[in-house]
Amino acid sequence: MTHAIFALPRPAPSVLPGFGLTMGLTLTWLSLIILIPLAGVFITSAGLGWTEFWRLASDARTVAALKLSFGTALIAAGLNVAFGLLVAWVLVRYSFPGKRLLDAAIDLPFALPTAVAGLAFTALYAPNGWLGSFLVPLGLKVAFTPLGIVVALVFIGLPFVVRTVQPVLADFDKELEEASATLGATRFQTIRRIVLPTLMPPLLTGFALAFARGVGEYGSVIFIAGNIPYVSEIAPLLIVIRLEEFNYAGATAVAAVMLVISFALLFVINLLQAWNRRRIGFAG
Amino acid sequence: MTFASLTRRSAILLGASLLLLGLTFEVRADTTILNVSYDPTREFYRDYNAAFAAHWKKETGETVNFEQSHGGSGKQARAVIDGLRADVVTLALAGDIDEIAKAGLLPADWQARLPDNASPYTSTIVLLVRKGNPKNIKDWDDLAQPGVAVITPNPKTSGGARWNYLAAYAYALDRFDNDDARARAFVGAIYRNVPVLDTGARGALTTFVQRGIGDAFISWENEAFLARAEFPGQFEIVMPSISILAEPPVALVDRNADRKGTRKVAEAYLNYLYSPEGQRLAAKHYYRPRDAQHAAKEDAARFADVRLFTIDDKFGGWAKAQREHFGDGGVFDEIYRPGR
Repeated sequence: MTHAIFALPRPAPSVLPGFGLTMGLTLTWLSLIILIPLAGVFITSAGLGWTEFWRLASDARTVAALKLSFGTALIAAGLNVAFGLLVAWVLVRYSFPGKRLLDAAIDLPFALPTAVAGLAFTALYAPNGWLGSFLVPLGLKVAFTPLGIVVALVFIGLPFVVRTVQPVLADFDKELEEASATLGATRFQTIRRIVLPTLMPPLLTGFALAFARGVGEYGSVIFIAGNIPYVSEIAPLLIVIRLEEFNYAGATAVAAVMLVISFALLFVINLLQAWNRRRIGFAG
Repeated sequence: MTFASLTRRSAILLGASLLLLGLTFEVRADTTILNVSYDPTREFYRDYNAAFAAHWKKETGETVNFEQSHGGSGKQARAVIDGLRADVVTLALAGDIDEIAKAGLLPADWQARLPDNASPYTSTIVLLVRKGNPKNIKDWDDLAQPGVAVITPNPKTSGGARWNYLAAYAYALDRFDNDDARARAFVGAIYRNVPVLDTGARGALTTFVQRGIGDAFISWENEAFLARAEFPGQFEIVMPSISILAEPPVALVDRNADRKGTRKVAEAYLNYLYSPEGQRLAAKHYYRPRDAQHAAKEDAARFADVRLFTIDDKFGGWAKAQREHFGDGGVFDEIYRPGR
């Protein structure tokens, strides 16, 4: 049955056999790992009934937490695009002593338990910390404010941008830049017309990954945020609070809202990708 | 148990085990009790388990082993509900064990099965202040003053911290002749003085101690003693004029114990908490024993005499307090509603 359905648009013969088999495995795997747990979220939250779901989702505190989570994740992802590009550029284009070490260090945020990162940042930026003891007298409070959340999310998201941009940049033909220069383009024109369009797809992908990771981040943020309702309380913490109330449906309601918004934003990013590909003339 | 019987038993078991696995030890046949507890009981239960194991060995000749699990009280309750095979639970509040009962793992009247609301040891809520008490904090109303920073975890995410909240509320009810509106305003003033609302007691203590934030830390008495011992010379304990009797209850998880065949030893384990030895160890680890005469003299001397309300006196029991104060949209949520 499934074979018949999926085999309809018969693909071109490939050296590797078994479209039906691989497609079946793919669907099974995705179902087990992604679709079934996600469906669980929606089914559990459906147990609330529509009015109750809407009351929870539109509650001022939930809205404040969602704004904070998505806002800080967007800002952090934006910062990561800017500085991640710079880091990737330096790592690909130049060689210097300690380059390999630096390159390896980029992956640390992947490997480090996020709670450790959160504690370290909090210790740094707390009013009695190394950085905090200088910043707080200047009126710049990082720890226990939304700014602290951004700092934690920048840390968490950096490798996503660097690691997506790096390979593209490495493959990027330097001769294109030289050709552009010989044809009389200024440095700025070369960057704007030649370099950035090529790097746009990996930058967008890196942005999307860093953003998605930041929205759901709990472990590191919880230590640095301060967690004051309406001020520095992130949406994942609201989920934990509902769980502590043994309110599974309420917890999944917040989760479902987050999923829908995340999906919508990632979808927009994908549309941007497609639009960008068409614009610079790749076959979409 | 004599040496002869031990070797005979070992020999039989060894033979049986060899048949099954080729190689195993007598330990396999021993009973293992999983005690799912909350955070600050770690040291206490390490001592108590050793004491009970020796006692049980002497009484019955059987060896009993222990596994301990520690974590936030609510999280531990959820783990048991979701299938962690705890023989006994020893948590921070009755509400969490009620939830396990709701899931059908033990009868609803579990709290009546053991003496003293099934809480063999108690504690109360005190204030931890910095050395020399620079803000001169003496009682709950000092925490509600403007300019005082208070550290306490979010009672929604920390079961233990619900007692903190209730202690302040009980004081306010007493002071304002049970005027609920004024009590709410008072507790609201305290919580608006909280600059960092950590999710658990340990995180809040880190904020207070390591980050140097806050003038006072609302704490369980036993945890305040632990903190003072851990950071000598940095903190003082202030006993407020009124506090609440915090009753961390214990219960047998019937369904798990019956399935594992450990009911007898698990019941004895909980009962032994009420014995002179159990009470002595509780006092040694800074919990107030129900039976103060069994505490060592220097342990008993630690506990200041103070007026303690019970949750039944002031709040009509856990179920009611939980719903009114910590439920979704309850009194605690109201504190943070903007415009208040």
